[in-house]
Amino acid sequence: MKGLWGHPTCINNVETWANVPAIMLYGADWFSRIGTSNSKGTKVFALAGKVKNTGLVEVPMGTSLREIIYDIGGGLIDGKQLKAVQTGGPSGGCIPFDKIDIPVDYDNLRSIGSMMGSGGMIVLDESDCIVSTTKFFLEFTKDESCGKCLPCREGTYRMLEILERITSGHGEMEDLDKLERLGNAIVKSSLCGLGMSAPNPVLSALKYFREEFEIHIKEKRCPTQRCTQLVTFTIIPEKCTGCTLCARRCPVSCIRGFNKKPHEIMQEYCIKCGECYNVCKFDAIEKI
Amino acid sequence: MKYINATIDGMPVSVLEGTTIMEAADKIGAHVPRLCYHPFLSTEGACRICVVEVEGMRNYLPACATAITEGMNIKTNSPQIRQTRRDLVELLLDNHPKSCLTCDRDGNCELQNLAYKLGVRERLFEGDRKRHPIEDSSVSLIRDAEKCILCRRCVRVCSEIQGVHNLSQLYRGFDTVVAPAFEAPMDDSVCIKCGQCINVCPTAAFIEQDATELVWAALDNPDLHVVVQTAPAIRAAIGEGWNLPPGTPSTGKMITALRRLGFDGVFDTDFAADLTIMEESHEFIERVKKGEKLPLITSCSPGWIKFLEHFYPEFIPNASSCKSPMQMESTLLKTYYAEKMGIDPEKIFVVAVMPCVAKKYEARRPEHYLKENVPHTDAVLTTRELIWMIKAYGIDFLNLPDGEFDNPLGFSTGAGVIFGSTGGVMEAALRTAYEMITGEPVKELEFTDVRAVEGLREATIKVGDLDVNVAVANGLNNAKTILEKVKSGEKQFHLIEIMACPGGCVAGGGQPLVYAGDYVYPLYPELIRKRQGALYTIDERKEIRKSHDNPYIKEIYKEFLGKPGSEKAHHLLHTHYEAKLPRGIK
Amino acid sequence: MEQTTYTLDQDIQDFISNCMTLEHPESYLIAVLHKVQGRYGYLSEKHMDEVAHLLQVPTSTVFGVATFYHFFRLKPAGKFKISICLGTACFVKGADLVLDAFKTELGCSLGDTTSDGMFSLEGTRCLGVCALAPVVTINEQVFGNVKPTQVSEILNKMKEAKVEA
Ligand code: SF4
Ligand code: SF4
Ligand code: SF4
Ligand code: SF4
Ligand code: SF4
Ligand code: SF4
Ligand code: FES
Repeated sequence: MKGLWGHPTCINNVETWANVPAIMLYGADWFSRIGTSNSKGTKVFALAGKVKNTGLVEVPMGTSLREIIYDIGGGLIDGKQLKAVQTGGPSGGCIPFDKIDIPVDYDNLRSIGSMMGSGGMIVLDESDCIVSTTKFFLEFTKDESCGKCLPCREGTYRMLEILERITSGHGEMEDLDKLERLGNAIVKSSLCGLGMSAPNPVLSALKYFREEFEIHIKEKRCPTQRCTQLVTFTIIPEKCTGCTLCARRCPVSCIRGFNKKPHEIMQEYCIKCGECYNVCKFDAIEKI
Repeated sequence: MKYINATIDGMPVSVLEGTTIMEAADKIGAHVPRLCYHPFLSTEGACRICVVEVEGMRNYLPACATAITEGMNIKTNSPQIRQTRRDLVELLLDNHPKSCLTCDRDGNCELQNLAYKLGVRERLFEGDRKRHPIEDSSVSLIRDAEKCILCRRCVRVCSEIQGVHNLSQLYRGFDTVVAPAFEAPMDDSVCIKCGQCINVCPTAAFIEQDATELVWAALDNPDLHVVVQTAPAIRAAIGEGWNLPPGTPSTGKMITALRRLGFDGVFDTDFAADLTIMEESHEFIERVKKGEKLPLITSCSPGWIKFLEHFYPEFIPNASSCKSPMQMESTLLKTYYAEKMGIDPEKIFVVAVMPCVAKKYEARRPEHYLKENVPHTDAVLTTRELIWMIKAYGIDFLNLPDGEFDNPLGFSTGAGVIFGSTGGVMEAALRTAYEMITGEPVKELEFTDVRAVEGLREATIKVGDLDVNVAVANGLNNAKTILEKVKSGEKQFHLIEIMACPGGCVAGGGQPLVYAGDYVYPLYPELIRKRQGALYTIDERKEIRKSHDNPYIKEIYKEFLGKPGSEKAHHLLHTHYEAKLPRGIK
Repeated sequence: MEQTTYTLDQDIQDFISNCMTLEHPESYLIAVLHKVQGRYGYLSEKHMDEVAHLLQVPTSTVFGVATFYHFFRLKPAGKFKISICLGTACFVKGADLVLDAFKTELGCSLGDTTSDGMFSLEGTRCLGVCALAPVVTINEQVFGNVKPTQVSEILNKMKEAKVEA
């Protein structure tokens, strides 16, 4: 292996470089006193998602997720229930609520299927769909795949296809095994860190939130209603005033009804865009 | 040199520092499957089919790209590794057309072979697949990106061996495609049509333009007098189509097979090779006398000529104006032969069997037409296409009696035969030029100094009092090296032989794609050497080994052409070149 | 038939000539492409070809690099460059729904420009203002907490602003 132009080459993140001056100034012992036995020093997280105070936070290694989210982040918006924390950026994993007391360091995060990665920390609440969140991450890694090595280039695309099937109501139970099998092959055999970690969100979600995948597949239902393809919009006749607004706004003209009479959605043509739901002034449209 | 100790599948190995896991495993007979790997190109490490398990490593490592380190404990097999490899190959199939049954590479496709061997028997992950139109703008070759598995061997051969850099990986991720700049049609690119991408491609993503239909139709047309000529390198390789060991000369069987296919005349391009030597030696001597336009550079490789026109137009005056032997032979078939036989040249259909796909392009260059719509060469078949035609016709090639070429355009000397190898044109030219210059017979016929499998050779040959500096280059990156030396004035040469393909025409882009072990690597030096060997053996066994001693050559000059370099010879046997766009980047 | 007529601005040509005097001139390819896109808004085939010749990097490599990075555009951008943050924080707050709304309103897909050349739609990864998620920028202007229902309004404002200007 050779570096750039055959010379030794050093590539590091800005955060690593930022630690160097402090270590030079105060010494390695000082730095080692902070953090845990295998993860020294501090770590900067980009706290975001459904948390009150978002932004960059720097904490000693070993601080628990609970402290970061509730003490520093001020808890969740609207007092909602924490569902999961996604750490490490798009290649990290989803950590379920019952693991948030684990001290955050490299080893612990890895042992629960996530990673330190980019230092991203996204808080998900009860209204977030785990399946569509993993799909989002995979969309990202699929886009970022450079295309050089086969497992990542072809594999992430296939995993995304499977997730799209599941979130649109065409999933099958075998798909879950396929996701795991593909995911492991990609992790084990990819060329660079991107492919080696791209399946993480899916693999960890399958570990901790398998049930939610199963509901999408077996019941063709998204418990959080985030997967629009699995949502049904219906007009409640009792509430509908027949104002015709939805019918005029529906992009595929699948709402019928006479002026001042309750309207009806022709479900077979509905593309689940949600426009009617958004424009109705009388809350007459139900989303299930 | 340090030795490193490691364990592969429980067996201790001791290898030189720098040895890869794949090389070490090969030595102990533990064959790791591979796909992007190619022994003569740089390591890509992209397909990951060659992954192995190394103790202490979280992930698998690619055997082709990992050097062994002290104490490594390697496992090339486990149920998990085999499943991973199978899944990877399946991922390729999922993104590949299901058209094996109608595919040119059916039966000798590395992907197909690998899928079978690794046991891919079901498709679990199938979904969308990439869609690309078939790109067939070039008269030489077709690019079918849907069959491309992105191993980038073609990218590497086109840049590392040919220095053309026509192909690159474009876009990213699932959209990645290998194509020329701007995804331009091959015909609008700097492609020199050497066909080496075909030679290294594991699938049918690069393949020649098919000419067999045209030839079948001509053979079936009672109004046409259909004649064929075969290049030197064909006889050295055609037998491989029937699993004869590489290097088995099959001239006689090939001739008989051609007659059975229905050709009205079977001629030898080697005759024109002898003629090329006459013209080129004359040209050389003239230039040496006048001291101008030196070095003289050979012009029989149309891939090289296209390279010259795109990349080194400043050297156009140095290139010999001689047509390639194929074009000389075709021209004579439609003039001399037509006259002699009393046949209307427009009724003669000339087929050339070539080891080369660039010849398909050369035949369509506007300079090579008798008149509008009447090319000198009507169709060019590759060795592969001819093998297929013989098989399709049901000819039992192996049991054919030997045949003889027709005359006068079918008799050649040993000098004409060795044209098919790198260094061959140079050697043939030296045999003749030596005698033309000194007026004395050559003492040592075999100029072994210029024979080489390696890509580059320089030598100084004593011709009388003259020290003739010669260079032989094959593979255009080597040609670049020589031309740059000439440009910088570092070296003064009199004569340079350049052939586009590594090893010369014996390893041309139209030669059989034979298996070497489990893989199709037509660039194996061993294979090339064997094919070259066949040509040198034929040369050795020939009674006449110098072009100017060919009695039919003497006759054609007397009867028809006058002298070498005469006006008529110029008109019929010489051509010209011009700078072409897009300009290549050296 | 030398490639004689270069249409790149002289200062960019000078920049490249200067690169040619340095070690590993090919390593300046991305910097050069940045300059070209900065000047002309996108990378035309002609310009890429000129860069290839001036920098003596194979044209296929130049095109490979230009098509590899999301940053480089091969077609002129719209008058208004709409960038939707598709970072994680914005996603959890519904950026995908905002994107869908833009797609429907403009009738064009991600990475495209509307047929009138007014708007081009692109995704970006984290603009660093996660607190305002979901975030959209149009040219230099930042819109925070965007809801899908606000999209048509935002677009109308842009069109009006254009008329005024
Ligand atoms: S794993 Fe890395 S090298 Fe392989 S395709 Fe993905 S990004 Fe490229
Ligand atoms: S907008 Fe609401 S009230 Fe009006 S017609 Fe539609 S459903 Fe009925
Ligand atoms: S969701 Fe969209 S497509 Fe379906 S009825 Fe409502 S407006 Fe029409
Ligand atoms: S290239 Fe190989 S795998 Fe593909 S269709 Fe042809 S024979 Fe089959
Ligand atoms: S034919 Fe030769 S020059 Fe053309 S793309 Fe293939 S390898 Fe490159
Ligand atoms: S065209 Fe052939 S050699 Fe080139 S990358 Fe594709 S499969 Fe490999
Ligand atoms: S053969 Fe080793 S990675 Fe392709």
